[in-house]
Amino acid sequence: MIEPSTSSTNGLEEPATVIAGLVAEFRTPDALKAAATKVRDAGYRLWDAHSPFPIHGMERAMGIRPTILPWLVFCAGLTGAAAALLLQWWTNTIDYPFLVSGKPFFSLPANIPIIFELMVLLSAFAAFGGVLVLNLLPEYRHPAFSVKRFARVTSDGFFISIAASDPKFDLSATRALLESAGAVAVDVCYAPAEAPRLPGVLKWGLVVAALLALIPPLWIARQRQIPSDVPRLHIIQDMDFQPRYQAQGVGRFFADRRATRPPVPHSMAVGGRQLDAHFYQGQIDGQWATTFPIPVDRETMERGRERYNIYCAPCHGLAGEGDGMTHQRAVARREPGWVQPRSLHVSNVREQPVGRLFHTITHGLNTMSGYAAQIPVADRWAIVLYVRALQRSQNAVLDDVPTALRPALLQEPTKP
Amino acid sequence: MSSVAFPAFDNTSDDPTVRAPLTTPGQNFQTITETVCRVVERPRPPLGWYIAFAIAVAWTGVFFLLVVYLVSTGIGVWGNNVPVAWAFDIVNFVFWIGIGHAGTLISAILFLFRQKWRTSINRAAEAMTIFAVICAGLFPALHVGRVWVEYWLFPYPNQMGMWPNFRSPLVWDVVAVSTYGTVSLLFWYLGMIPDLATLRDRATGTVRKLLYGLFALGWRGSARQWHRYERAYLLLAALSTPLVLSVHSVVSTDFAVAQLPGWHVTLFPPYFVAGAIFSGFAMVVTLMVPARAFFGLKDLITIRHLENMNKFILATGCMVGYAYALEVFASWYSGNQYEWFAMVNRAVGPYAWCYWTMVFCNVVVPQLFWFKSWRTSPWRMVLVAVLVNVGMWMERFVIIVVSLSRDFLPSSWEIYKPTWVDLGMLAGSFGLFFTLFLLFCRYLPMVAMAEVKAVLPAAHGSGHRH
Repeated sequence: MIEPSTSSTNGLEEPATVIAGLVAEFRTPDALKAAATKVRDAGYRLWDAHSPFPIHGMERAMGIRPTILPWLVFCAGLTGAAAALLLQWWTNTIDYPFLVSGKPFFSLPANIPIIFELMVLLSAFAAFGGVLVLNLLPEYRHPAFSVKRFARVTSDGFFISIAASDPKFDLSATRALLESAGAVAVDVCYAPAEAPRLPGVLKWGLVVAALLALIPPLWIARQRQIPSDVPRLHIIQDMDFQPRYQAQGVGRFFADRRATRPPVPHSMAVGGRQLDAHFYQGQIDGQWATTFPIPVDRETMERGRERYNIYCAPCHGLAGEGDGMTHQRAVARREPGWVQPRSLHVSNVREQPVGRLFHTITHGLNTMSGYAAQIPVADRWAIVLYVRALQRSQNAVLDDVPTALRPALLQEPTKP
Repeated sequence: MSSVAFPAFDNTSDDPTVRAPLTTPGQNFQTITETVCRVVERPRPPLGWYIAFAIAVAWTGVFFLLVVYLVSTGIGVWGNNVPVAWAFDIVNFVFWIGIGHAGTLISAILFLFRQKWRTSINRAAEAMTIFAVICAGLFPALHVGRVWVEYWLFPYPNQMGMWPNFRSPLVWDVVAVSTYGTVSLLFWYLGMIPDLATLRDRATGTVRKLLYGLFALGWRGSARQWHRYERAYLLLAALSTPLVLSVHSVVSTDFAVAQLPGWHVTLFPPYFVAGAIFSGFAMVVTLMVPARAFFGLKDLITIRHLENMNKFILATGCMVGYAYALEVFASWYSGNQYEWFAMVNRAVGPYAWCYWTMVFCNVVVPQLFWFKSWRTSPWRMVLVAVLVNVGMWMERFVIIVVSLSRDFLPSSWEIYKPTWVDLGMLAGSFGLFFTLFLLFCRYLPMVAMAEVKAVLPAAHGSGHRH
């Protein structure tokens, strides 16, 4: 039954071969299915049916249990969805909060497309990788390929293979079973006595190469973590070398070879004519001005009140107590790091010269930003005037009240 | 070609009591293997292949030379400029990504609906999908200008300490298109493994044996392998189905989320998906009619297959026409003068000829498919399919360029004109697409042999009738 010549005609390089099993051919899908039922009932375990296309009902005929592949794909899909959600939440909310028109940092609907795509991607990887791993593919050396007629399994051949390692395998008995099941041909297939091995040099070479390949990423990771005096190395240096002229440098464009250009004749920079230091800077001879450069009258006062209520009251409050709407909201929301706006009635604000107040409105102070861009100069002075009136009103003494009105003020309040 | 003008075999009957055969009579497992493998195994392809390949490769060369010119000079060589910052590049992107959708529809959605006729055309249609996605992906990648920082699109920890804004449709687009390309490739390759094994087992030359053997992964058609394989195939189909719908929906949000009149329409996602399938089927018909004639696949890709695709073109063409009408209605119903102007500008503005070309090609021309003679005559259907592709390219041009060229502020209006680089890259992308498709026809199994065999009556034996 085992003819030594068979193994050599099969083109195997190793002379020492062993019987790996039997391969039987059948005529039709139906014949294959019927034979598979017989082999299953005979109690074989390490066997298989082979066909050019999947045959309906073959799983039942062979007693194949459902694969766990769908569960793998399900888990991969969940992992993908969870990873996408975590990634978007952590990057756009925690690590690098991305403010878009005041919208919330974390908003599930906007995150759904990426959650979905990553879920599909990981599921597809699991389906593709899973079917290969569970099918033990790629497997380029299989004993069945040693049978010549087995090549037709991918065109129009139907086969059953039974491995010699099956506990029930017996060369003559198994062959008889296959023939009785309707096989048109039964062949012995051979395998090399020893499984092919990678040469030792290659194996260790791969290990060393894999270890060496770890060095660059580890080095990069270390360089990223340690402090450095010089700018970090980076591959894309577009921003490091920008084609531009340095101030006071040499330029090639103009005949005088100067990079810095003089102002165009008869032109003036914005704000270039602020010669009146009292009006524009609130200073007289380098000292804070204590007088107003604008007329102090009822009209200015009304203008100042109006501007104050628009620009200042949101933080400082209508009465200047430092309790405006912004402050109340920040307190209600427990904004971290919120500093209460200054009350305008504390002594060191009240004692400031008007020039200093003007300067503060113009350039800001501490967390307050300057209002030079929003409020014209004259209006800023009007606001200063109104602030002075506010301060006076909240810190008035009896002498400030006209004599005629004093008795009414001194009366005890009457009970209702 | 003239020899098939009066085929004796006709499977286009509409009688529902008769199961129409999916192949010509007399096909068995052996003949299917022969028919498909012969295309790959013949020593020389037909002369037509060489001519087509030479033209396609020449245009591919033009494309990549223009890429070099573009990258080394800057995207100023294109006609894009404010206000038309998105022009041919994005039009081509949306056009090509839409072409791909029919492939996935045939391979995944029709699989889930158990449409057995898909088996003859799904392989080539999936190949078309992958090549179309390649052409599509190149355009936005080049549009960013500095192609060497392309990797910034992906979230990775970097020393800039920055992350992408995941609430931007443009980032969704990157993720959706790259997922779509990857999953389509896996699906295509998984489906091809059994057929690559067929080529491996028939190969004679060493190189072919080695390469087909390498990619066939040692497939041996075992029932235990088939069991898991079918499960994986079903799962990939079930995953690809919502994926393909999501991809063009996400592409449409690139526009719909913006505030521009003509873009800001909630109708866009389904409208884009219908248009994508419409144009994709037109491209499949354009490719399959010559391919089945030149490579002798008429026994497997029958007139019935083509007719079915033409019915899809008719149905999706009507959906697209409905979407056009609804777009006009929505802009009128919005009561917004800018929205309404955008619509009027399309119909009677400087680009009116684009709009009416689009309406003619996409709405009027497909109506010819109400006639069976047009649905079943190969060269007439190619005419319709080519016109549909012209119309669908125009549709994207109308949506993108015409909307951008005249927005809210008349002082910023500008007429867009493509440069020779724009036109060269459009033609070049077709060259690249056809080069890849012709290589596919020459070296890979064009028809899914294992799947066609499985739907032959002989595959079901005597005791298992459906």
